[in-house]
Formats: sequence, structure tokens, C-alpha cells
Amino acid sequence: MPGLEDLYREIILDHYRTPRNRGELDSPPAIETNGHNPLCGDEITLYLMVDDASKGDAATVSDVKVGGQGCSISQSSASMMSQAVIGKTVGEARALIRRFKSLMSIEGIELQPGDNDIVLGDLEALQGVVKFPVRIKCAVLSWNTLADALDRATSEPSASD
Amino acid sequence: MTIDVATIRKEFPILDREIDGAPIVYLDSGNTSQKPRAVIDAMSTFFEQSYAPINRSSYRLAGQATDAYEGARTAVARLINAPSADEVVFTKNATESMNLIAQAWGRANLGEGDVVVLTEMEHHANIVPWQMLAAERGVDIRYVPLTADGQLDLTNLDQLLAGAKVFSFTAMSNVLGTIPPTAQLCTAAHDAGALAVVDACQYVPHNATDVQAWDADLVAFSSHKMCGPSGIGMLWGRSTMLDEMPPFLGGGNMIDTVTLDGFTTAPVPAKFEAGTPPIAEAIGLHAAIEFLEGVGFAEIRRHEMELTRYALDTLNDRFGDDITIFGPDNVEIRGGVLSFTFRDLHPHDVSQVLDERNVCVRAGHHCAKPLMKTLGVAATTRASLYLYNDESDVDALVEGLAGATDIFGF
Repeated sequence: MPGLEDLYREIILDHYRTPRNRGELDSPPAIETNGHNPLCGDEITLYLMVDDASKGDAATVSDVKVGGQGCSISQSSASMMSQAVIGKTVGEARALIRRFKSLMSIEGIELQPGDNDIVLGDLEALQGVVKFPVRIKCAVLSWNTLADALDRATSEPSASD
Repeated sequence: MTIDVATIRKEFPILDREIDGAPIVYLDSGNTSQKPRAVIDAMSTFFEQSYAPINRSSYRLAGQATDAYEGARTAVARLINAPSADEVVFTKNATESMNLIAQAWGRANLGEGDVVVLTEMEHHANIVPWQMLAAERGVDIRYVPLTADGQLDLTNLDQLLAGAKVFSFTAMSNVLGTIPPTAQLCTAAHDAGALAVVDACQYVPHNATDVQAWDADLVAFSSHKMCGPSGIGMLWGRSTMLDEMPPFLGGGNMIDTVTLDGFTTAPVPAKFEAGTPPIAEAIGLHAAIEFLEGVGFAEIRRHEMELTRYALDTLNDRFGDDITIFGPDNVEIRGGVLSFTFRDLHPHDVSQVLDERNVCVRAGHHCAKPLMKTLGVAATTRASLYLYNDESDVDALVEGLAGATDIFGF
């Protein structure tokens, strides 16, 4: 069995103890999206602000806040995700989702050219999760929620303009 | 007489297995129990020597398989002191038994505005089937609340039951371990003119069960929590009730005759056993019942009370305010289920750290999300005990929790 130090890296514990971008945004104008893991009860509420949402992939993620509760892996993953996507374009955020889910060995992810060059930074720390397959869904919960939120932001432009 | 855990453990092959060079500390029997050699052997022998269809074919092998299957039914009747084996229906699991009750009895007897009373400590299997009925036909559901220490608050029971058609409740909470006064609750249901339905899934594996002493009407329980195989569950019902209830699933075996215009049903229990049932599972269940009877239910219960007392005291002494164990402290009214929160660690993380020491516990909502809300938590860690556990298992849990403290740096 891989050691717990592979899973509970210091940077993960840091984000767990001190989650970044925790809180709420007014919705509207922010998009509020809920994700949950029915197996374990972890819940996340994601607040997403996208500027000029009508530009689609070229629009900018201007703010993200995270609410809800869950284990150290789901909470730290959400915290790192929020840091990673603020300031990125919607297209870059979607690419990062693909890159991260690929890192988590999620099947059926179609990487696009350039996805493998995306710098993961702190998120690299989560790669140890792959050695604990039952925890992968904890790590990707916030990312699936972000994907839903991005889809909604760009398909309902009035909600976020 | 106390039970000899060391001897009992030898009967469970999986408890000999090591993971990463260390033995398994199995504390998840409330989820599903491990299987003794007698059950494993009974099923393999049946497959190797005696497997055949039941109730259908006239050759000798099929007749013997039918006898073996019906022998399991007789053993179940004895286990719960049912007046007749014909009152025992085999299902897929206790969840299916609960759905059978809600769908077969409920749809024939409940309509707009009728009241079903449940409690706040029910498993989803005793909530959702009733909610499905409520959504379909406007049935109202009321819930008996809990006291601060996780017992049923019976203060206003009579008011809650007033006008109710059904009172359906657990005989032992899968989260709190709480063992409510089942016979008293059945009486209260009947006094109000309501049916008494008992979810005995957690109770039967650990206690001598007497459905007649309870004076219950319908009782659901399962095989896999009592050392038997998964894939087979039980419903016991008074014969008068089962006779009157319409069938649940339709198909082969459950009919008397079928024409292009319709069908008539077979007598109970076949009326509720559509299709080929879990045959070898019934044989395994029979072996499990004989195994548990051999140990003795009074002895099993006494052992679990002592071990639960030890676990409550050891965990509380060692961790003080860092641990919150839910449910009553009095082991006379509590089974061997210990759901807790530990510091502010999420149960997933607790379970992960314990798994490093091969300590198997369940983390999550335990299929009782409404109860989690009542307790004010999103999830708990749950250690559940059975006849093959002893103090060393509890000690391993305690050491594992102490280890969590190191990793998360408190």
C-alpha cells in the first residue's frame, strides 16, 4: 500500500487547514452551482463570476468562491482549483479541467493539443491521490462542479454579464 | 457463559488474511458481516453436489434442492420465532423487503392524506420507499424525533400516531446503535389502529428475536449482516396480512394460473417470490443461522454489550473532548455500533488513516442522511462490532485514531 505521505502532502494539508477563496458571491450576477458526492456526502457550492460571458471561451473568470464541506482531499482540491482558475479565460479553465482530470486518471478525457503543457503548480501535489482510487472522486468533485458552472456561465450569458 | 472469540475467529477464513503483513481489523459488520467456513462450505458443496431449480422440475435432484431451499425457510422461522415457515418470504435484501411492504401493502391500503409514521433515525430503506408512495399518492409522513442522546423521544408518540395507518421503525439504529422498545412501539401502533412494521436488519444478527413477543405485523431483515451471503433478504409477516396483500413482483413461481386475460396468485410465500430465487444463498443463510445458534444469541449479545462498553470507555478516556460518540451510553439499549466525529477531521480522512493499519470502518452518512442532519453533522466515522471482534480490535481503532492526530498535526 502506498504510504499516507503520498496522499497527505504538506501543501494539501495547508490548503485544507487554510482554504483559499472560501465564501460566497451574490448570485446573480455570479453563477452558483452545487456538486455533491452521493456516496460520501461531500458537498460543494461554487460561485463563479465570468466577465463578458458572451465571448465564450475568450471570456475571463474574474472570481471564484467555494462553499460546502468535505474531506481534506475535496477541500484542498477546491481551494487550489479556485486559485488556479481566477484570471484565466474560460477556455484556459476548461483546458485545466481536462489536464487535471487526466492527471487523476479519469477515463474518456480527450486532451487537446497543448493541454499537456499546462503548468499545474500546486495541483501536482494531488497526483498521489491516484494511488488511492476511492479518493479520486473526492479530488475531482470541485472540478466537475466548475465544468458545470462554466457551461452555465457561457450558455446563460445574461446571468453573468 | 462468555464466548471464546479466539475460537470463533478461526471459523472466519478472511480474518486470517494479512494485508501488507498485518491482520485485518474488521469493524464494519454493521455494513456487512464476514462469513464463517460453514457458510462458505455449505454453498460450495451445494453448487458442487446439489444445485438444481426449485419448485419447477420433477426429477430427484430438483426435489432435493427444493427441500434444501425450504429447509432454510424453516430455519429462518425458528430464528425469529415465527408461528409458521409459510410466513417467511425470501427477497433480494432487506431493502427489497421494505419496498415490498410499501408497494404491495401500501399501494393497496394508502391514499391521499393517509399518515405513515417513521422515526428520525431510519435508514434510507425505511424512508425512501414511503416517500415514493407519498409522491405518488399524497401520503403524509411524520417522524418521531430523537432525544439528545439518540433515543426515540416518545413524549408525543400518541399524538404522532393519531390517525396513522402505519408505524414503521428500526429495531436497532445502524448509526446510533439505539435499540428502541420494539414491543412497546408495536403496542402503541396497534392502539392507534396502525400497522407495526419493523426494520430488524441490524437487530436480528445480534439478538435473540421473537416477532410474536414484539407483536409486530411485518418485519424486514437480511442475510448478509448475519454471517450469511448477500443476495437474499427476508420478510416476515402475519399470514393474514400476507394473504391479503397483492403481489409485488410478477412472473414465474408467484402464480396459480395464467391465461391471456389475467392471472391468479400462488399462496404465500410463493406469491411474493417471483422468478428464480437466490437458491444457494438460502443454503448459505441456513448454515449461518445454525452457526449463530451454535454460539448462542444470548452469548453474542452479552459479548457485544461488554465490548461496546469497553469501546465507549476506552475511546472516551483516551480522547476526551476530541471525540464525540453518538447514541445512548447505556449498552442495555445500545448495540455494538459506534458512530463518532473525531476532532474536526472529516470521516474520510479518519477512515483513510485507519486503513493504513488495516482497520476497516465506514465513513459517510451510512444511508441515513436525515439522521446526519438531526445530529448536526455531514458524516461520521462508524465502527461496528460483531461476535468475532474483541478488545484488540478496539485497541487498534484507538491507536489508529491517535495516529491521525500525528498526520494532521494537531
